[in-house]
Amino acid sequence: MNFKTIEEANQAVIDKVVQSAPFLLDVVPAKSVIPDLNKKMLLHAGPPIKWEDMTDPMQGSCVGAVLFEEWADNEEDARKMLASGEVEFSPCHHHNAVGPMGGITSANMPVFVVENKSEGNTAYCTMNEGIGAVLRFGAYSEEVVTRLRWMRDTLGPVLSKALLTMEDGVNINVLVAKAIAMGDEFHQRNIAASLAFYKELGPIITTLDITEKEKQEVSQFLADTDQFFLNVMMAASKAVMDGARTVTEGTIVTAMCRNGKDFGIRISGMGDEWFTGPVNTPQGLYFAGYSGEDANKDIGDSAITETFGVGGMAMIAAPAVTRFVGSGGFYDALNTSNEMSEICMSQNPNFPVPTWDFRGICLGIDARLVVEKGITPVINTGIAHKKAGIGQIGAGTVNPPVSCFEKAIQAYAKKLGM
Amino acid sequence: MLQTIIMKNSYQDSVVLMLLTSKLNQLAEVERVSIMMGTPSNIDIFRASGFDTPELDEATSNDMIVMLEVASEDDKENVLNMIETELSSTNDGGGAVEEKINSWEKALKKAPDANVALISIPGEYAALEIEKAIDNGLHAFVFSDNVPIKEEARLKAKAHEKGLIVMGPDCGTGVIHSLPLAFTNNNRKGKIGIIGASGTGIQEVTTLIHRYGQGVTNAIGTGGRDLSTAVGAVSMIDSIVALNNDPDTEVIVVISKPPAKEIEARVLDVLRKVEKPVVTLFLGSKPVAHEEGLYHAYTLEEAAQLGTKLMNKEEVVYAPLPAKEVSLSESEGIKGYYSGGTLAYEAAFLLSDALKLSKENTSEGYTLKSDLHEVIDLGDDMYTKGKPHPMIDPEIRIEKIKSVVNQPETAVVVFDVVLGYGAHEDMASALKPAIVEAKAASDVTFVSVVVGTDEDRQNMDNQIAILEEIGVIVCENNVQALQTALRVVGSELIFEPKEVKAKEASTLKELPEVSESLAKLISETPKIINIGLQSFTESIVDNKGEVVHFEWRPSAGGNVELQKVLYFLNQFEFNAK
Repeated sequence: MNFKTIEEANQAVIDKVVQSAPFLLDVVPAKSVIPDLNKKMLLHAGPPIKWEDMTDPMQGSCVGAVLFEEWADNEEDARKMLASGEVEFSPCHHHNAVGPMGGITSANMPVFVVENKSEGNTAYCTMNEGIGAVLRFGAYSEEVVTRLRWMRDTLGPVLSKALLTMEDGVNINVLVAKAIAMGDEFHQRNIAASLAFYKELGPIITTLDITEKEKQEVSQFLADTDQFFLNVMMAASKAVMDGARTVTEGTIVTAMCRNGKDFGIRISGMGDEWFTGPVNTPQGLYFAGYSGEDANKDIGDSAITETFGVGGMAMIAAPAVTRFVGSGGFYDALNTSNEMSEICMSQNPNFPVPTWDFRGICLGIDARLVVEKGITPVINTGIAHKKAGIGQIGAGTVNPPVSCFEKAIQAYAKKLGM
Repeated sequence: MLQTIIMKNSYQDSVVLMLLTSKLNQLAEVERVSIMMGTPSNIDIFRASGFDTPELDEATSNDMIVMLEVASEDDKENVLNMIETELSSTNDGGGAVEEKINSWEKALKKAPDANVALISIPGEYAALEIEKAIDNGLHAFVFSDNVPIKEEARLKAKAHEKGLIVMGPDCGTGVIHSLPLAFTNNNRKGKIGIIGASGTGIQEVTTLIHRYGQGVTNAIGTGGRDLSTAVGAVSMIDSIVALNNDPDTEVIVVISKPPAKEIEARVLDVLRKVEKPVVTLFLGSKPVAHEEGLYHAYTLEEAAQLGTKLMNKEEVVYAPLPAKEVSLSESEGIKGYYSGGTLAYEAAFLLSDALKLSKENTSEGYTLKSDLHEVIDLGDDMYTKGKPHPMIDPEIRIEKIKSVVNQPETAVVVFDVVLGYGAHEDMASALKPAIVEAKAASDVTFVSVVVGTDEDRQNMDNQIAILEEIGVIVCENNVQALQTALRVVGSELIFEPKEVKAKEASTLKELPEVSESLAKLISETPKIINIGLQSFTESIVDNKGEVVHFEWRPSAGGNVELQKVLYFLNQFEFNAK
């Protein structure tokens, strides 16, 4: 690669984002594509973190995963095992994967397989379990584990069969382009994309050689789960950004994620290195009966969607969720996206936003611009209860600490010989 | 009391309901509230969170359920009314946004024909923005101070090369083609053009000219260091030439502290080539003669009078206003507490002159300090660190006035009240309690000068009335205030009449050419990009000028280390290794 300036290196990175071609190919057990999961290992969201530093919901997710994997048959034993060091922890991001909220991914959980055909790399993400008491928000009751087993035994295999009947899998760029015009921003709101996805898969499912019960259950689950596409989008964003960061120079942000303690980012010029700062607590709206006092600090790998340019960066695309942005409405969302465009190199012509007068979504967060202007990316996010087991209690927005971006550009300048 | 209100067939989006719930929760009369649609899972949530009422059984998925805990039936009605208002409220789209302007690119896109950048950001960052203004073809009016003098000299030279002018740094006041900039009064338009290295000096002279019936369309501030050897009077000379060239200027007044000898010679050489009548005021030097067409004033009052008389084609003779009637004091000390630096400076040299004080022993923080007398410019950096300027903040002058009671040597206190844009809304009332208190406890006489015009927004007559009501002797100008103060201690200033000699010959063959953009600056209403204090747009908007406000922020939050990193990365070349 032959660049003269950082500007040119950054241009090369974002060119790869624009040229990317993510396709959803399959749903498979995590251990079949992530070799380390054949050990006693759990993947988690965010930069590396120790068991004792995890917030309650992330620990709850780990308990749920241990019960699901049948490494223990009760909570007490599960916690003992997790605290003893018997189970290894590793960030999803270190295994070509991403995970929502707690991000806990274990051997037998089914994961989406998304291949970025422009670069030939692959990324994985667990499937969305729906709302309420769910593992990703730290719930680990019998109901939660039962649902995970059904996803392992029914949902995963059925979707896999359906996807394998398609010659090239599902072209995700096409779905995203359609759904952004229907008011999704792909982090807070995925209903249009989830329906478009069901529209692709539904007719195929009816033809599969499976029981009526399986057809009905899977169809019902896909129809009920408004956020189903979020996890596909996460895997796709990860595949695209990992493809782009094969350009090993420049200051484009290639990952953002949080583990409840630290917010971590990567930039193209610094490869796999994480630059972290203390994570913030989301601001937003709460379900009846809950308030900011109940909120857990920010967690999850889902900010990979903002890294790609959707979610909070594309707030203006989703008028229906704009009111999560503080007290305001449409114009606050417009302000947010306008402001986000100031820290990005360009705009992605593949995904024009109708409500933004067909400007493309933000493309290429430049860590230099973040530091220079003091504007940090806006991340749309779910809010978990700080106690494990209760689950989601609201939704809103959160910003990374500017210190991660400062550390990243300082390290890069040092690497370049400053 | 716990209420279950079921609104049948009233579907609302969950975000709307969450917003509504959070709003109602903030009401004092509401103890607890929860609003959701009546789906089975929501009903479970109600029950789990302690809202378990029999009415819940009747609700369906299409009903909106309001669970409300309030003290009385009245409160319930209020809350229900509020819910109704909230749900029926329509947004009128009044939130239409203007894009935030936070870069030169956006500012220039918004105002492509802007020709002046008004810069009031912290001095350490100002030089870079002045340079950007010049690079983009804009004149700069720089309110910021603490710009290194080397940078000032370099930038002024660069601007001059491009036919542009840098007014300031540390330029507090300016009127450009009738548009008041920064700390300025509203005064009449007219044919007297002023060039001044001092802010309150310009204010005193323009407001006096206004009161004498003439007007000022252009008052160009140059900044206090323009006439230093390092800078070389670049802005002053460009301004002189421009005003000389301007068909709407008939008389030119130049105000400065005494410059370095060679710079004074250079400026006078230019002025002697100018054909329009000129008044100079090198504050602190005492000229003994005029030249034909080039008149040398001693005080701000004289400069204003001579300028006016030249316009009126009257005999060019200074007639200072006499002191006001006062009773003699047994004490002898005169204390001057000024918010205007030039007024303080004028007070210091006039008092030294009248009282034959030696100038050598003036100590730091004082414009004048002797055993009995002192004059302080409370706008000096020494007094304003971390505080607003005394023109805005009365606090430090209140302290000084209060301290007078413990100084038996003090006979009289002189102070200024400066009106206009940027100044306190009602300084007379702010100082009033301290003056009343001091007068009750001592025999000190208070003398003030109010700098302003009848068009200033503070209402000058009202300010004067407030001061006179509490027994302050209010004077027309600073010279009269000092004459009055001197009379209290039995002294006075003597102004000798000056003879008029022939104008000395200039060594210049002809005056330099005036650049097109400088000629345009003074002959057309400027279009401004305001960088820094948002309040500086006020005087422009009030006077129907065009202004774009640039929300400037220091790069990287002002962190110099990070700025260096950014600079390194932005300049980095891979092949250079």
